Amino acid sequence: MNSELRDLYQEVVIDHSKQPRNFRKVEGATRTAEGFNPLCGDQLTLYVKLENGVIEDIGFQGTGCAISKASASLMTAALKGKKQDEALALFKRVHVLLTDGPNGEVKPEEVGKLAALSGVWEFPMRVKCATLAWHTLRSALEGEGDGVSTEGQGR
Amino acid sequence: MEAWDGRRGDGGMKTVETGSAANLRSADIQACRNGPASFDVERVRRDFPILSETVYGKPLVYLDSAATSQKPQQVIDAMSRFFSKDNANVHRGVHYLSERATEAYEGARAKMQRFLNAEHAHEIIFVRGTTEAVNLVAQTYGKAHVGEGDEVLITAMEHHSNIVPWQMLCEEKHARLRVAPINDAGELLLEELESLIGPRTKLVAVTHVSNVLGTVNPIRRIVEMAHARGVRVLVDGAQAAPHLKVDVQALGCDFYAFSGHKMYGPTGIGVLYGKSELLEEMPPYQGGGDMILSVSFEKTVYNKPPNKFEAGTPNMAGAVGLAAAVDFLAGLNHDALVAHEHDLLAYGTRALFEVPGLRLIGTAHSKASVISFVLDDIHPHDIGTILDREGIAIRTGHHCAQPLMKRLGVVATARASLACHSTHQDIDALAAGLAKVREVFR
Repeated sequence: MNSELRDLYQEVVIDHSKQPRNFRKVEGATRTAEGFNPLCGDQLTLYVKLENGVIEDIGFQGTGCAISKASASLMTAALKGKKQDEALALFKRVHVLLTDGPNGEVKPEEVGKLAALSGVWEFPMRVKCATLAWHTLRSALEGEGDGVSTEGQGR
Repeated sequence: MEAWDGRRGDGGMKTVETGSAANLRSADIQACRNGPASFDVERVRRDFPILSETVYGKPLVYLDSAATSQKPQQVIDAMSRFFSKDNANVHRGVHYLSERATEAYEGARAKMQRFLNAEHAHEIIFVRGTTEAVNLVAQTYGKAHVGEGDEVLITAMEHHSNIVPWQMLCEEKHARLRVAPINDAGELLLEELESLIGPRTKLVAVTHVSNVLGTVNPIRRIVEMAHARGVRVLVDGAQAAPHLKVDVQALGCDFYAFSGHKMYGPTGIGVLYGKSELLEEMPPYQGGGDMILSVSFEKTVYNKPPNKFEAGTPNMAGAVGLAAAVDFLAGLNHDALVAHEHDLLAYGTRALFEVPGLRLIGTAHSKASVISFVLDDIHPHDIGTILDREGIAIRTGHHCAQPLMKRLGVVATARASLACHSTHQDIDALAAGLAKVREVFR
C-alpha cells in the first residue's frame, strides 16, 4: 500500500470507523444538529448535552465513510468535558491541520489523538468527510438548528 | 433494441443470481478473456489520448464513463477545426463563415436525426444535456398539459434529473408524482407500472438504461402501455445512447433525451428529440434571439421547431463535437461494440463475484455497461479513494439517485462503468484493487 494511503487509513482511523465511540443518542441532550454530505449521501446526527457551557456528554448516529465516522468518533471522545469555546478553538486547529497537513501551522501533537486524521490533507476530496462532524458540532453549539451541509456557502 | 439479455446469453448473469462464487472457476474467467475478435479494442484505445495518461504513476484505468466518457481524438479535432476554420454565429450573417458555421451546426442536427432515426431534422432540439431536455419538456409540454389533480408517472430507478423537474412541476400545478416500483434485481414491475397509468396520468417519464443498476428497460412495451391510454412518454436516454442502437420510431416514444458528454462527445451539448406534432403545439421554453419570427413590443411571433426551443446563440462547437462523436460511434462496428461491452460486463460480473464480501447491486436480466456493488461494510468512498491511488477511476456515492438507494437499502454504491475502450485488463486491475481495499479494512 502506498504511504499516503497508510497515512490516511491509520490503525486508529480504521478502529474508530469499525467501532465508533459514543455512537448513540444522548439522553437529555440539550443540542442536536444534523450534518449532510450531499456528494456521498453521508448523514450524521450529533447530540450534545451542554451544561453551563461545558460539554457533559456527546454522541452521534448516522452513516458515512470510514473517515467521517472515525472523525466523528474521535471528536466526541476528545470533547467530553471540554468547554464550548475550547471545542470551537480545537475545531479551528483541526481544520488547519486537515487542510495544511503536518508541516503547516498546527502540529499534529497539538491536537492529541485527533492527529490520527492528519493524513487526510493528502486527499483534498476527503477533507469534507473529516470535517462534517465538526461543522455539525459548530451548528449544534451555535444553535443554528438547521442541517449543515458540506456543500453550499459559496464553496 | 440490442441489449444484453442474460437469458439468451451464456448464462453469466444467471450464475450471479442463483449460483455461488464457488461454482465459478478461474478457467471460466480465462475462457471469456478472449473477447470478440471483430472488435479491435487496442485500435479504439489509440483514439483516446487520455488513456495514455498516468495517475499517481500508474496507468489510468478509467471505469467511470457513465459519469462522463473520455473523448476520442476525432471529437477533439473536430471542435478545434471548427474554432480554427468555421467559427461565426449561425442563422444570422450572410457572410461566408456564418454560412459555414450554419452548415456545420445544421449538419450536426441532421446527423442526430439519423443517429436516432427520427422522422424529421426539426424534431432534434439541441440542449445542454439530458437534464435540460427533461426540464424543457416539464416547463413546456408539462405546463401546458398537467393540471391540478393530474399525475406524472416516473419509476423508482430514475436519476434526480428525471425526478426533480417533475416534482417541481407537480408542486406548481398541484399535480401528483407517482412512482412505478422495481424488484430487488432492479427490474421494473411492468404490471404495476401499467396499473399506475390512470385517467389522470399525463406523462410517463422513464430511463432507458439505469445509471446505477445498468437495467435496460423495455421502452417499447412501456410506450405501448402508455399510448393505449393516450399518455405520452419521455425517455431518459443518457446511459443508453453510448451503448445501444436507439431508434425513436421503433421505440415509439414521444420524447427522447441524451447528453453528448456521456457518448464520447463534449459537455454542454445534448439532444431532445420530440415528435413533430408535439413540438409544434408546445409553448416555447426560453425567450430570446433565434426563437422568434418577429418581435414588437406588443407581440412576438415565435419561430417553428427546432428554433422555437433554441433561444440564443447555440453551442455550435458542441454540436460539431457531438456530430464527430456520432461519426466515431458509427465507425465502430455496432454489433461488435455491443458484443465487446457485453463480454466485458459478463467478465466483470464474474470477476467481481469472486471478490469475497462483494454484493452486486442490480442483477437485471437485461443489463448494459454498469456494474454497481457494495463490499462488506466498507463505505464506497473509501473504496474509491483506495482504488484511485491504483490509478483506477470509479464512481462512488448515491449516483444522483437517492430514492433508488433507499429502495435498495444502501446509502451508496461503488460503480464501475464500461466504454468501448474498456478491456479485460481494466477489470483485472479493478479486482486487484478491491483486494487491496479489503487488505486496508482487514
